[in-house]
Amino acid sequence: MEKHYTESKVKGVSTGTTILAAIFDGGVVIGSDSRASIGGEYVSSKTINKVIQVHDQIFCCIAGSLADAQAVTKAAKSHLSFHSVQMESPPLVIAAASVLKELCYKNKEELQAGFITAGWDRKKGPQVYVVSLGGMLISQSVTIGGSGSTFIYGYVDAKYKPDMTREECQQFATNALALAMGRDNVSGGVVHLVVITEKGVEHVVVPGDKLPRFHDE
Amino acid sequence: MALSSVLQTHPAGFNFDNVARNSALEGLFEGGQTPKPLKTGTTIAGVVFKDGVVLGADTRATSSEVVADKMCAKIHYISPNIYCCGAGTAADTEKTTDLLSSNLSIFSLNSGRNPRVVMAVNILQDMLYRYHGQVGANLILGGVDCTGNHLYTVGPYGSVNKVPYLAMGSGDLAALGILEDGFKHDLELEKAKELVRASIHAGIMSDLGSGNNIDICVITRQGVDYIRPYQESEYKDNRNVRYRYRPGTTPVLTEKVVPLKLEVAQEAVQHMDTA
Repeated sequence: MEKHYTESKVKGVSTGTTILAAIFDGGVVIGSDSRASIGGEYVSSKTINKVIQVHDQIFCCIAGSLADAQAVTKAAKSHLSFHSVQMESPPLVIAAASVLKELCYKNKEELQAGFITAGWDRKKGPQVYVVSLGGMLISQSVTIGGSGSTFIYGYVDAKYKPDMTREECQQFATNALALAMGRDNVSGGVVHLVVITEKGVEHVVVPGDKLPRFHDE
Repeated sequence: MALSSVLQTHPAGFNFDNVARNSALEGLFEGGQTPKPLKTGTTIAGVVFKDGVVLGADTRATSSEVVADKMCAKIHYISPNIYCCGAGTAADTEKTTDLLSSNLSIFSLNSGRNPRVVMAVNILQDMLYRYHGQVGANLILGGVDCTGNHLYTVGPYGSVNKVPYLAMGSGDLAALGILEDGFKHDLELEKAKELVRASIHAGIMSDLGSGNNIDICVITRQGVDYIRPYQESEYKDNRNVRYRYRPGTTPVLTEKVVPLKLEVAQEAVQHMDTA
């Protein structure tokens, strides 16, 4: 596989991605593209899953080195499930984000992975947290990440409104991801969305040919 | 390192037990040049079909430009229902799969169950991640268990992906072309075998590091059919591997016999108790 690896900052398979999460009235939408690349030039997978379930109503999106991100989310899932057994209740979204943050901060020298955590809990309802590369944890109502996110900051700042309806938010997320995938070479494939509300979780997959098209396509 | 239980985790970090041995070995080679690790330079592929999984591999192992092994087995046994194809450094793929296989046998004996493919994948992922890419093993794991037919890829850094069809190794791009074109969900057995054979064949034709014969392994609920070789290379040679020469082939010019006189220096008798 050495021939695929050129000068990429991430060793091995990179998610080189676009990830996004946004709160709407009554829930949260979290989504990503589905491309995994090596060395910035070889697409090693067109259908990689970057929206990972860490608990019943808490999901997280991964960016950076695929190996590191998968290892961290596995450890986080196990911590959270133990925490939830000890507390005898589902974990809070902030707890899930903190578990990821601890792992990222304590191992910041070795790891190259960032996360967006989104979910619903009884205490604060829908929430979105960002855990960056070095282990910073902040809460936001809408957030984007990954290499493709640079192309859609303008779109997100202009188009996001708090208290959108579920359909509006789903459309906003799909549009944002489609725009990023259209400009970033290491993002692509299909759009994976997960909509989390008090009632439960719904997965939506938008295949490549059903993605919204813009004026120049 | 064999674990008495797969649920036991290793101590963190790298294992440096072999450093002293390696530096001692380096002194034995002229110019301090240790031999390069044997790479498989391979084409391996896998396809999930209606009743199970088909895995395929070429059989060439190279050591730089020389073909070191013409009939190397790249499809490794993991458990009765799981097999694994390996690309990358030959020793790494061999040992990693052996370790996985023994740990899973212990698990099977302890729990009384056949291992699931996801379990094998998780153990491999943990093992390879712990070594941060130093273990050069690119593996395709395929198997059938109570939850269905599965095909996974595990990379050397520990990344995992679950897919319906897959090719790895230096000939992967050529093989992937054939798979992308011919793959459909729920293929019949014969079509699936033919698809895998064609993809490995494309890898063999287009890649210098792959060649010789094609091995196929079909895993279904009923059992495993390991066909080795499934297709033989058209470029077979008829060399004998063993050469035996008649006594007298080389003429004997002179003969001198010197008897060695040995004396008994010491004699000791020890009774063995067999009761």
